[in-house]
Amino acid sequence: MTREATARHAAGDTSAGPVAGGSAARPEQAPVELELVGVSKVYQTRRGLVEAVKDVDLSIRRGEFISLVGRSGCGKTTLLRILSGLLPPSAGAVRASGQSIWKGANRDDEALRRFGLVFQDANLFPWFTVAENISLPLKLRGVGKAERRARAEELCQQVGLRGFEGAYPRELSGGMRQRAAIARALSYHPSILLMDEPFGALDALTRDKMNLELQSIHAAAGATVVFVTHSITEAVFLADRVVLLTPRPGRIRSVTPVDLPRPRSLQAQSSAQFQAIVRELRTQLDEEP
Amino acid sequence: MFDRDRVNKLLPWISSPILLLVFLGAWQFAVSVAGVSPFILPSPAAVGDSLVTMFSSGTVWAHIKVTLIEVVVGFAIAVVIGTALGAILGRLPWLERALQPAMVAFQVLPKIALVPMFVILFGYGVTSKIVVTIILAFFPIMLNVLLGVRSVDRGHRDVMRGLGASRWQTFRDLELPSTLPYVFAGAEVGIVFAVIGAIVGEYLGANEGLGHLAFTSLNALDAPGLYAAIVLLSVLGVVLFFAVTLAKRLVIPWHESVTKM
Repeated sequence: MTREATARHAAGDTSAGPVAGGSAARPEQAPVELELVGVSKVYQTRRGLVEAVKDVDLSIRRGEFISLVGRSGCGKTTLLRILSGLLPPSAGAVRASGQSIWKGANRDDEALRRFGLVFQDANLFPWFTVAENISLPLKLRGVGKAERRARAEELCQQVGLRGFEGAYPRELSGGMRQRAAIARALSYHPSILLMDEPFGALDALTRDKMNLELQSIHAAAGATVVFVTHSITEAVFLADRVVLLTPRPGRIRSVTPVDLPRPRSLQAQSSAQFQAIVRELRTQLDEEP
Repeated sequence: MFDRDRVNKLLPWISSPILLLVFLGAWQFAVSVAGVSPFILPSPAAVGDSLVTMFSSGTVWAHIKVTLIEVVVGFAIAVVIGTALGAILGRLPWLERALQPAMVAFQVLPKIALVPMFVILFGYGVTSKIVVTIILAFFPIMLNVLLGVRSVDRGHRDVMRGLGASRWQTFRDLELPSTLPYVFAGAEVGIVFAVIGAIVGEYLGANEGLGHLAFTSLNALDAPGLYAAIVLLSVLGVVLFFAVTLAKRLVIPWHESVTKM
């Protein structure tokens, strides 16, 4: 298999054929769900202009799991915030199902209704119980109370928070809070999940467990996922394709398909193929100045 | 057997009565053994008698009612004004900048010095005391709310923005609840200031109220009456403070400052 994936791969040249072989349920024939075209971001700081992200082209197919990796400060988070509509790009376009999510300076909130966001911090509202936090997106969409409660219970079950529906966030551990945050993002069945180092603050064991859970959630929901992390192992374990960014300004260094069968067990991490991909990515990361 | 947490919880309930007894004992000691003149320091029993007389004759109720009205009405208005001004200034940094020198001047001004002026302006009745109460109590509330409006968590804002929440939804589900703890922090300071405002107002010029009662007792050299009025004022202050704390427990049970009983 080719790991010589370059920026051209990312430039939406996916029509050329399967990017990755692998298990039958792979999304290589699926339509493009999310697209970045020539996206750049320039910040105005006190010391002048800073280029955070430069000329990023990336096409993500429906149901695909993309990991974004790079050193800290390479613009991963900026890129994800641009993808999620929290930050307007300085140049270029962000398209969801072919439609730009920006209309001039205004976001197209309609397009963003299909997005689910999970942040580095759980960002649960301390004044809401776990169930109320999880069903907040439904409340904002005018879903009735009974239905909200039922959905919250269902999600608590799914992410392993059963029995904590009535608890306040401050009574939960870090891992449980992050699970609640994921449940909140799943509550309205988004077709696109954007996650910014959601497990960065967790210990290694909890992280492994969360990765397994995320994998099964992805398989069950069939959502498109963009997952930012600085852990190469985590990136490879979860992804269909790993996108490596160079630091300052963040550009796509390489796009690496991960051809491992799913579902992947934690043991799969010790396979030769897995290790080879990790080694290759680490080499690329170390080549940078 | 020896549960540290439970002991910690019970501790204030044991220590407070002991402290009260020690205080009363020292007081009684000063009167009966050290021989302080009863015109300066009446015995606890004499003050108790005075209290009983006040309540049995019923005259004290009118004074309690007047002081209570002054404090509660003034405090309520202070909460409304303080919250409104704090919210406006928190939203408009340019206005806060413009008003900052004036606010600092107002903050450092010894506002008690203004009380005679309010008595001249608003008379010897309840109104002048309510005004003093408002002036003293609204400031800490306003400052806290201003801080609260500014302190809405960025991550929480991202959540609401990411979900496409409307302005009203953002206010209802994010800004209001995250500012409420600051309102209560200000209110807990404000209620104490409100009681002070009403009492000082009554000392300086009034015809009713517990402060007025203390002042007339002093002039009549009725030491037990003076001390009884002070006890009532203290009880009033404590009860009102706990009322605010109770309200906090009911309104924001989720907040860290609210510990489980």
